[in-house]
Amino acid sequence: MTALVLVELDGGAPADASLRALTLARSLGDVGAVVFADSAPADALAQYGVTDVYLVESSSLDGYAPQAWARTLAGLASETGATAVLAAGTDRGNEVLAHLGAITGLPMAANCTLVTPDGGQTHRLVRHRWAGLLLEDAVMEAPVALFTVATDSVANVSAETPSSPQVHVHKPELAEADLVVRAAESPAGAGGASLATARVVVGGGRGVGGADGFVPLEELAELLGGVVGVSRVVTSEGWRPHKQQVGQTGTKITPELYLACGISGAIQHIAGCAGAKHIIAINTDPGAPILSHADYAVIGDLHQVIPALVEALRSR
Amino acid sequence: MEILVCIKRVPTVGGKIAVTPDGQEVDTRASGFSISPHEECAVEEAVQITERGGGSVSVLTLGPAEAVEQLRGALALGAHRAVLLETDGREFGPIATAAAIAAEVRSGSYDLVLLGNEAADTGDYQVGVRLAHELGWPVATGIKNLSVEDAGVVARREYRGVEEAYSLPLPAVVTVKEGINLPRYPSLPGRLRAKRAAVETSAPVHVAEGLRKEALRVPESSKHQASVLGEGVDAVPALVRVLEEWGVLS
Repeated sequence: MTALVLVELDGGAPADASLRALTLARSLGDVGAVVFADSAPADALAQYGVTDVYLVESSSLDGYAPQAWARTLAGLASETGATAVLAAGTDRGNEVLAHLGAITGLPMAANCTLVTPDGGQTHRLVRHRWAGLLLEDAVMEAPVALFTVATDSVANVSAETPSSPQVHVHKPELAEADLVVRAAESPAGAGGASLATARVVVGGGRGVGGADGFVPLEELAELLGGVVGVSRVVTSEGWRPHKQQVGQTGTKITPELYLACGISGAIQHIAGCAGAKHIIAINTDPGAPILSHADYAVIGDLHQVIPALVEALRSR
Repeated sequence: MEILVCIKRVPTVGGKIAVTPDGQEVDTRASGFSISPHEECAVEEAVQITERGGGSVSVLTLGPAEAVEQLRGALALGAHRAVLLETDGREFGPIATAAAIAAEVRSGSYDLVLLGNEAADTGDYQVGVRLAHELGWPVATGIKNLSVEDAGVVARREYRGVEEAYSLPLPAVVTVKEGINLPRYPSLPGRLRAKRAAVETSAPVHVAEGLRKEALRVPESSKHQASVLGEGVDAVPALVRVLEEWGVLS
């Protein structure tokens, strides 16, 4: 086994972010997937070339406990002789790999876009700094390379030929201290949750003008099967809750379409939306920085353009 | 409650980010410096906790002598005491940083250490967790709601549409994210007090780490200047055609 990947599930299937991590892992060699669930999505993992699935059932470890998950990965890495352990650069992925780094005393590189073995215990890598506004070329010297994968910069690509993974039920050896911190989960309020995975995001910035100005944006988002995202100024003005913020200190998005309305495009905002496949800006200022990050622009007032667009889409 | 807040001095970047010709640092000739955003919220959170329940807030940074500016910024927001772990120009990695902070924590009697979830510049996502392991304390990360209870603290965050609540016995380490609160503006008396306050300074131990930076660079953007579809509502038909072409109208 060359690389072990922590695979997070989203409604029973591998999360998109984890599929991106599996894609990067495949460039290193044989890939094993670690899944914390009572059943493994083996077919989906086969599409990504996974040869072995290590299933940690709820009878061994129930729910999310970051240090216990890391302890499990540490045990599996030494059992399988893996030379790399990786996860998606999500809240959980970065957290578990940080624990793994602390447990093993090894370095951990967060949000990598490229990792290349360079002989012996050396890996050369490229990772995000400033949430991806800068790239860092770095060298890692470690018996086991620990890293997470920048989910907005690495594409999710299935293997040329699917594998037939073997599923192993794994029982981790855990200490009491590993289980002190564990998540008690309950459904969160509506909104914001799907921002990271939405197919369409309608973004609103200072140009929206106030809390009341978001009604047409909501309407448009609904018509396009998407959600509303906002810039930092909108949340610091209290117009919208922080969980709708797109940017370095908010959520990083990877939609098919990002429609940025009344957003000037501060660099911290670009860090959050650069993973969008297509960007269209609607702005009164033809010199706004967002225009140098967009495919198309409409120069005009969003308060006129959006209602007209909604009407045009309704009458199709 | 005795709280230590760890903050970092980072360049303030606005419309553009550039690196120095040797590729080693962010070019800061045209920018100032500020407290990394998540950490500014950590300071505010600590001040609010002590305003409600008593205790004191110490603020710590590991960085160059100039980082006193950010410590004074935190004092102006209501922190009571400031500690500078003054570096000598070498970059400290997350392992060395966590070890240096742990030494300060052991020399005090803290109940809670707050950090930002990740620093805006290096984005290592691990100093808080490594610190907790050094100390043998529990840790929660990425927290956007924190409440003090009899038995400790309850730290909450949202993940994939689910609210996660973590109950931590004290002492504990918690890393927070922007959105946990709205940091106040420093008051004039706060700024005056901060200006006069003493800053305790010591030199942390540098340790080389297994992850070594070679160079920083600005990624090549896949996007260039946008093509203008038109002005105002007249551009709507063209806009609809583009959306159709991209297959986003289903």
